[in-house]
Amino acid sequence: MGAFGGHDGRERRWTGLDRLESRNRPPRSLLVALVLASITMITLDVSGDGSSPLDPARRVVGEALGPAEAGVAAAVRPFTTVPAWFRSKGDLADQVRDLEASNAELRGQVELAGFDRNRLEQYDGLTTAAEDLGSALVPARVVALGSRQSQSFTVTIDAGSEAGIGPDMTVVNNDGLVGRVLRVTRSTATVLLVIDPDSTVGGRVGSSMEIGFVTGSGSLRQESGLDLRLVDDASVPARDDTVVTWGSTTGPYAPGVPIGTITEVYSSLREASQRAVVKPFVDFSALDVVGVMVPSGMQSDRAVIEADGSLR
Amino acid sequence: MTQLRWLAALAAVVVALVVQVSLFPHVAWHGVVPNLCLLVVVAAALTVEAPFALLLGFAAGLTLDLAPPADHVAGRWALAFTVAAFLAARVRQDQRPSALAVVGTVAAASFVASSLFALSGVLLQDPATSVVGLLEVVLVAVVWDVLLTPFVLPPLMRLFARLSPQWATT
Repeated sequence: MGAFGGHDGRERRWTGLDRLESRNRPPRSLLVALVLASITMITLDVSGDGSSPLDPARRVVGEALGPAEAGVAAAVRPFTTVPAWFRSKGDLADQVRDLEASNAELRGQVELAGFDRNRLEQYDGLTTAAEDLGSALVPARVVALGSRQSQSFTVTIDAGSEAGIGPDMTVVNNDGLVGRVLRVTRSTATVLLVIDPDSTVGGRVGSSMEIGFVTGSGSLRQESGLDLRLVDDASVPARDDTVVTWGSTTGPYAPGVPIGTITEVYSSLREASQRAVVKPFVDFSALDVVGVMVPSGMQSDRAVIEADGSLR
Repeated sequence: MTQLRWLAALAAVVVALVVQVSLFPHVAWHGVVPNLCLLVVVAAALTVEAPFALLLGFAAGLTLDLAPPADHVAGRWALAFTVAAFLAARVRQDQRPSALAVVGTVAAASFVASSLFALSGVLLQDPATSVVGLLEVVLVAVVWDVLLTPFVLPPLMRLFARLSPQWATT
């Protein structure tokens, strides 16, 4: 402070302000300490392969904040439907026309796809005959979404370990595959969506039975949702073909869950492989009710939908 | 008084976090939501002394890292918020900051925090989208934060100023 000693004599009326300024100067030592603390935490979390040392902390924060998120989501839900009230008759007519068109298209597809479907059914019958697939669905609602700034596509659902949910269970909705459970707290669970760039799902092309890997492209737009790479480089996936999960009954993704349709096929000369863009059946920007596949007969705190459609 | 201020600040962070993950996704633009937790930290940095703001930034970032929908490597938001709080505290003057200064600080802090988070992802080899995609997300986040500033910052700054009389800027 010796260098500033002359200040007092020269400009007395600013001394108070100077002191105020110096008292509020952000302390570099604290900044360095906190930055180092953050980096330590990042290192701890990255190096812990599989199970991170921060998982207990995650769980504690989840237990505390999960119910709050569920409460806010429940309070907000009535208002999210408000825009739907303001649709004009023209909009509704347009929608009816679109739906009729897509209905006709789908009917055509179903009629043409009989052969493929039969093969798929045969195959499913073969693989599942040995083991009883019979899984039940625990219904849940999405209560929180991770932000794009966080670069990961994860959601929180309002069912946790009390509802019989555990890590690596498959999450679906009425359109198709949503993702898998990453971790659970008592009343909530965190779900990794299949559009996350970190997510890889074993996929199978419906018509050719070729297997491959479906990776998220990190975009909420439905057209560019997922990337499919086939294991067999020689086979070319067909457009408008359905991709289902290949999975196993013990792995994270249950087999035979529809993922999406192939919209575009690129052949990459450099990697000598085929890349296909898969449009997911699920609209990830409007997720609400989902189901978590649990083993049949699981104890749960809510009504469970059994494989035959009955409520228990 | 300090304990009361900590309680108020942490409560504000928790409310901001819950609203950010549960309410704003319904109005999000391509999944980008306003970073309310950062606004709380900036409000503290503009009103109360710097060490408090730095610690609050760290705590808020850590909460955002650990709270349920998050799945990224923990500590990334903590790092970004700490640096953003440091910068915001440097900007502060001894008069009550003008509206323009507040908006400018929020924009700068939001840009720095989102960019730092994205950069840490690149360093950690997070399979993220392209640089153009990242930049788009960062800029949209800045616009969101600036849009919400007039509604969020004044009440928070008044709260922090009331709870720290020796630093009251009124």
